[in-house]
Amino acid sequence: MTNPNKWLVPTLYILFLMLPIYGLLSMSFKTTNEILGGFSFFPQEFTLANYKVIFTDPTWYNGYINSIIYVVINTLLSVTVALPAAYAFSRYRFLGDKHLFFWLLTNRMAPPAVFALPFFQLYSAIGLFDTHIAVAIAHCLFNIPLAVWILEGFMSGVPKELDETAYLDGYSFWRFFIRIFIPTIAAGIGVTMFFCFMYSWVELLLAKTLTSVDAKPIAATMTRTASSSGYELGLLAAAGSLTIVPGAIVIYFVRNYIAKGFALGRV
Amino acid sequence: MNKTQNNKAWWLVVPVLILVAFNAFIPLMTVVNYAFQETFGDNIFFWEGTTWFEQVLRSPRFHASLIRQLIFTGMIIAIEVPLGIGVALTMPRKGPWVSVCLVLMALPLLIPWNVVGAMWNIFALPDIGLLGHTLNSLGIDYNFTRQPVAAWTTTVIMDVWHWTSLIVLLCYAGLSSIPDDYYQAAHIDGASRWAIFRYIQLPKMKRVLTIAILLRFMDSFMIYTEPFVLTGGGPGNTTTFLSIDLVKIALGQFDLGPAAAMSLVYFLMVLLICWAFYTIMMRNEEQ
Repeated sequence: MTNPNKWLVPTLYILFLMLPIYGLLSMSFKTTNEILGGFSFFPQEFTLANYKVIFTDPTWYNGYINSIIYVVINTLLSVTVALPAAYAFSRYRFLGDKHLFFWLLTNRMAPPAVFALPFFQLYSAIGLFDTHIAVAIAHCLFNIPLAVWILEGFMSGVPKELDETAYLDGYSFWRFFIRIFIPTIAAGIGVTMFFCFMYSWVELLLAKTLTSVDAKPIAATMTRTASSSGYELGLLAAAGSLTIVPGAIVIYFVRNYIAKGFALGRV
Repeated sequence: MNKTQNNKAWWLVVPVLILVAFNAFIPLMTVVNYAFQETFGDNIFFWEGTTWFEQVLRSPRFHASLIRQLIFTGMIIAIEVPLGIGVALTMPRKGPWVSVCLVLMALPLLIPWNVVGAMWNIFALPDIGLLGHTLNSLGIDYNFTRQPVAAWTTTVIMDVWHWTSLIVLLCYAGLSSIPDDYYQAAHIDGASRWAIFRYIQLPKMKRVLTIAILLRFMDSFMIYTEPFVLTGGGPGNTTTFLSIDLVKIALGQFDLGPAAAMSLVYFLMVLLICWAFYTIMMRNEEQ
């Protein structure tokens, strides 16, 4: 089993993963002249000007604030409503449960491109267009099914005796659920929140369709810069590099559970 | 697990139902509305029957994007699955390097999709990008904005870069559930490396691999943002996949009827795949 060259494959793979990220990072520290002047592996004139623009120009930093606001609302909303539903699916049989579960899954798989235009009309009609709430609710389309699935996987790992003992001890359903059950599956909830955060953070098509100014996500701000004001590559690279940061922070906390979450709680 | 029959459990599902149905039913009905009718605005509709569907199903443009989509999905699965298994098998099992590997490998999964596209665009720029510059200075003529083959290769490699880690993480989770005793027993029996893989590791990975392959299939089937930012569907139409084509028709040309009909056909295909996914997974779970 022990092969001295075993580390080679993961190392090469990680190197392959890091190269484009390095390309982005190194470009973010270059001046526009240097970028357009030709290729250089290291920044020749190291500059923080691109980052300074982002942190001082409201159209830029508001993009990050908007993104984080709707991502947080969405995460809390998805997990809150998914918790009781996942409990129902993991503990009870009820009329149409399997069909309902399948129907939830189909929403996780619906191509956002199909829904972009109707979403725009729907949210304009109810006066929520260009608000954080609109994006947060729209992202529920795929995040709630995902949250239900992951939570159901984690909950099915908790023995049913726990519930039964609590009910015998005279706990009401909600008291048991909040006082005993939720702390028991805390790790699962953490992982679920991570995944909701992640999918809401990386999605752009719906977020862009449902916003124009007040709730415009950072990703959409970037597309605008890329297309309208020509070659501001350094700025674009700096903005891109900064979008990696939140993900890198949360990933550290769930590193040991992440695979289980990707398997929808079913490893 | 033994589940109790209890129809009151419906109440626990109601909030989820309301939120998801709001997002799913109303837009879906809007799409259906447009698919069977012609409108000139002002909410006035004329019944068109199945005209749009016939138009879409016969259109060479739709066939072309569908074929491109199928080839793309086939290619990325053929590359990502073996690569993912290979990396998972060689990853360290214990020690401080495990966390480092996991965090670094999961990083691409957490980058917003348009940033992935923009990052690869910058990376592959022929004259000033790291990849493009290196290839060109090695004497390979490479320009992904003009050469269809280069555009395709770049799109495929970008997806491999973005999503192989998903397969690595899943396989790794499957592998870590194998007790050390199995390997010791195999060692005593003098099993070959291949036999260990075939009879111990592969069966343990079967379930997570099913999930991984089907997740990759479905997600790549609705890929939009990354290739759109990288190539814009070009050069020409060479990297225009289903979602990109759909958005071009719906928001670019505002041909709502054909776009809605295409949406429904597209969605039905995804539903079929979904159903297969669900059936296979449930069967796995019952075993």
